[in-house]
Amino acid sequence: MLKRLFVPALFVAAVMLAVSPLLVARAPLETTMGLVQKIFYYHVPSAMVMFLAAFVCGIASAVYLFGRRPGADRVAVAAAEVVVLFGIIVLVTGPLWARKAWGVWWQWDARLTSTLVLWMIFNAYLLLRKYGGPGSDRLAAGVALFGMANVPFVYWSVNVWRTLHPKTSVVMTLDPAMRPAFWWCVTAFVCLFLAVLAARVRLEEERTRLEELYLQLDD
Amino acid sequence: MAAPGTLRRFLATAWLITRKDITVEWRSREIIYTTVFFAASCILVFAFGFVKDGRPIDDVASAILWIAIAFSGTLALGRTFERERYNETLQALMLAPADRPAIYAGKLAGILLLMLAVEAVLVPLVALLFQAPLFRQPVLLVALLGSGTLGYAAVGTLFAAMLVRARSRDVLLPVLLYPITIPVIIAGVRGTAAAMAPDGGEMARAWVSMLVFFDVVFLTLSLWTFEAVMTE
Repeated sequence: MLKRLFVPALFVAAVMLAVSPLLVARAPLETTMGLVQKIFYYHVPSAMVMFLAAFVCGIASAVYLFGRRPGADRVAVAAAEVVVLFGIIVLVTGPLWARKAWGVWWQWDARLTSTLVLWMIFNAYLLLRKYGGPGSDRLAAGVALFGMANVPFVYWSVNVWRTLHPKTSVVMTLDPAMRPAFWWCVTAFVCLFLAVLAARVRLEEERTRLEELYLQLDD
Repeated sequence: MAAPGTLRRFLATAWLITRKDITVEWRSREIIYTTVFFAASCILVFAFGFVKDGRPIDDVASAILWIAIAFSGTLALGRTFERERYNETLQALMLAPADRPAIYAGKLAGILLLMLAVEAVLVPLVALLFQAPLFRQPVLLVALLGSGTLGYAAVGTLFAAMLVRARSRDVLLPVLLYPITIPVIIAGVRGTAAAMAPDGGEMARAWVSMLVFFDVVFLTLSLWTFEAVMTE
């Protein structure tokens, strides 16, 4: 199913992303933050894709761990790489905005901290897969499952920790005039996610097949 | 759910494994001695960073205490399972006709006892060296330490056990463990800081209940995944 999605998803993502600067430029300027708010149109969709990919990785890992389907593991590793990739986008665009809006690059706010922790967990997942040696795919599946289940608790605990020391932060409510550009970008990023995921899963499938062929050659 | 006989067998198996770990440790006392000294060394290093003009900065004692617990906990976990790996006894345990969750529970209880023993030295040491009123609410402190350590050890035992066969396990254990146990560390540090404050009793109790909740979630998840992850 993913394989057939690749070409249309890539096409739609490419066209929509190419058009998106126009829509973003035409959306109204935010009154207090002005131009820096524009980064929001790429920052938030990236964050959405990051959490979506984390969810996909967790579900696929559970299916692999308890259903023992190798295909699920390939989806899990592809999704984990997408988490890390889009996490980088989120963690770079966020501070760029924060420097202008809050005056600092980083705040230990609930959302920021939980995003960072989630990103770290999936980095650990990939490190385990890369350096853990044989059998680490099953172990990594356990980590992904834990990592996904952990996200709400990290958010919750950081939230309680932060509310102990309340501080004013910029609360954003979306102007209706900004909505078309925003949802356009979200759709574009989700299509990009599907295309990247499909390509990565296919790469993993080819790699598995190559390994099997090598094994047959040895026999 | 399970019949009373199953539960009794579960507890008996778990206790056998815990007793085995205690006996092995008692003979050499290797892990407990090295871990206590490692924790004390951590505290020493922190003192240079967090003491200004001869006085520790605010709330730093609870942070130092929990970081020392987390660091020494990683060490104890790694050493305990390294011992199993070295003698190839974990494989034997897995081959034994015992429930996997019971094996997990037994190992967890052993680690928990070890970490609590280290904390028994660590807490008075931190209180003494950083003039921290850690014993202002002793019951709350014990509750915080007990529930926090249980949550940390529950995840740690699972990860350390599954990393036994992995390469570069020494570095992978903290890399996996610290981000996932963040909720426990936050609740432990903030709860202990609240318990030291003159009017923080209410807040500290809230953190304890949060820790108990984390314990339930982490234990359930670990018991659930242990069998699947440990099966070849």
